[in-house]
Amino acid sequence: MSLASPLLAIALTLIIGSLIFIALGKDPLRGLAMFFIEPVKTLYGVSELALKATPLILIALGLALCFRSNVWNIGAEGQFIAGAIAAGGVAILCGTDTGMWIMLLALITSVLGGIAWASITALLRDKFNANEILVSLMLVYVADQLLGYMVYGPWKDPNGYNFPQTINFLAQTRLPRLFDGLRVNYGLLIALIAVVVMWLVMFRTLAGYALQVGGLAPAAARYAGFSSRKALWATLLTSGGLAGLAGGMEVLGPVGQLTPYVPVGYGFAAIIVAFVGRLHPVGIVFSAVLMSLFYIGGELAQSRMGLPKALTGVFQGLLLFALLACDTLIAYRIKWERSV
Amino acid sequence: MNEIALLVAATLNAGTVLAIASLGLLINEKSGIVNLGAEGMMLCAALAGFVCVVHTGSDMAGFVAGMGAGAMLAAIFGVLVIWLNTNQYATGLALSLFGAGLSAFAGAKYVQEKLPERVHFSIPGLSDIPFVGDAFFKQHPLVYILILFTVALTWWMNNARTGLILKAVGENPESAHALGYPVRKIRLAAVMTGGALCGLAGAYISIIYTPLWVEGMIAGKGWIALALTTFATWRPVRVLLGACLFGGVTMLQFHLQGEGVQISPQWLTMLPYVATIVVLALISRSPTFIRVNMPASLGKPFYAQ
Repeated sequence: MSLASPLLAIALTLIIGSLIFIALGKDPLRGLAMFFIEPVKTLYGVSELALKATPLILIALGLALCFRSNVWNIGAEGQFIAGAIAAGGVAILCGTDTGMWIMLLALITSVLGGIAWASITALLRDKFNANEILVSLMLVYVADQLLGYMVYGPWKDPNGYNFPQTINFLAQTRLPRLFDGLRVNYGLLIALIAVVVMWLVMFRTLAGYALQVGGLAPAAARYAGFSSRKALWATLLTSGGLAGLAGGMEVLGPVGQLTPYVPVGYGFAAIIVAFVGRLHPVGIVFSAVLMSLFYIGGELAQSRMGLPKALTGVFQGLLLFALLACDTLIAYRIKWERSV
Repeated sequence: MNEIALLVAATLNAGTVLAIASLGLLINEKSGIVNLGAEGMMLCAALAGFVCVVHTGSDMAGFVAGMGAGAMLAAIFGVLVIWLNTNQYATGLALSLFGAGLSAFAGAKYVQEKLPERVHFSIPGLSDIPFVGDAFFKQHPLVYILILFTVALTWWMNNARTGLILKAVGENPESAHALGYPVRKIRLAAVMTGGALCGLAGAYISIIYTPLWVEGMIAGKGWIALALTTFATWRPVRVLLGACLFGGVTMLQFHLQGEGVQISPQWLTMLPYVATIVVLALISRSPTFIRVNMPASLGKPFYAQ
């Protein structure tokens, strides 16, 4: 039952996607091949897929925990940026003779950066009753400007021909790659470990259970003595930390420096990943791979078919719409009636 | 002196964008539905309006196109949340993400396009008054229409039968249903009206406010408009005041940059977003104050018995 809805939603998205290709005068089979066959034809392609899925998995894990306990953190993009800035700071300020341990420090800092950013939302929700949806989202724009300030200002590469970018990070701060010649790095392993840990927390610990009861039945949670304030802080800080880690791994991994173009919307796409993955850690892995296919497919559709890359965003939005509709249509039977 | 007049004029202009969208969302929320898709609707409407003006040369046609685009997207959202009872937050988010993607995709080839020469408006006679004329009487007609609309909306919601029904649906859909009102249709109408007004605001941005089309050009104004309904505790006149406050903050930023104030532009660009957070926190501080004014069924699904 819970699997039928995402599969049906994917099928629906593919059908609508084909119609879009036809409307644009393109061969729909070739179009869909760009999204589902071309990306995985080569080992390099698979590595790129894993590289994009890594941040999506990490962020979506945290968001799933939030959504399960009815905390609407939709500013993961901002927490991602905060993590990227934090990790970038460590990487820029370290000396040339530092050892590999600095990379670990940078990763930990990125987690703290994300936590700090999410804690603003938690604090304002807890102490000021401010809507977490609006606050976390506004903070995305603030984080974006903060990143802009750092790379245009204090952290600008002095030898960078005045481009808004920092120096290229030193080798010892970069996440090591898993295989020679492929960009996929140890971040993937961290993400997969996080999947297992999150599964254990959600389904095998009392604390994880308490968080979810608060989301499903607030009254029951109160009666059981599960604090909703604790749930708010725990879920927001966890998801902030994971999003921050994703940001840190992005700049220490494939990007290798800070630029205004580090945030590409993973924080928003991860919302869709979390829902399509049924807010379940294992489901999230699959939906993150699907979402990465959309990303890479969009790039391929641009370079090989001359379609705007933003096709990715259209598909992502369609998928979430389709999923939400399918959820209801599978659980309920439509009854046509007059009035109401 | 003249500087200040221009700042006031610019504030009104920026505030208008926020107020139109926010009043639409207010009507929307009065019916008990919260639509987080404002940003997406505004983006699509901005594109629709812009494209329409590029091809027809008529601003009016652009506004209508924007309203149509907004209402259509809102209708998709409305059917999903009202009839299929999907989660309002998730569906609204889907609309925002979808709208951002769709507008970027469909608008890719319009990024370089230019609109025909923009007309400058002024009210004959009044606009010649020193200071006051520059500050208040050289605005786009929509600015004045907005003020009339706000007054009319306040009256309508508090006195007209249909306005009271809308509020009843938002406060207690079960009772409204029991009384025989078509709750779902009323909600859909409110959602589509909200979409149309968000669309008008989006089109105003791409046609009048910054006459061009760029991907993501709404830059969070849809979200600020959503926050505005809460600041204003769902009262139209307060929406107008709040919109001017935020329009002022936005314009102050450009003004300070123009004055050559020694501060990085990024800090100034942050201002409206930070201001939104601060004001939201201050207003929301008393939960009872918010709850008294908030439509009681806001965000909750309605199942007809």
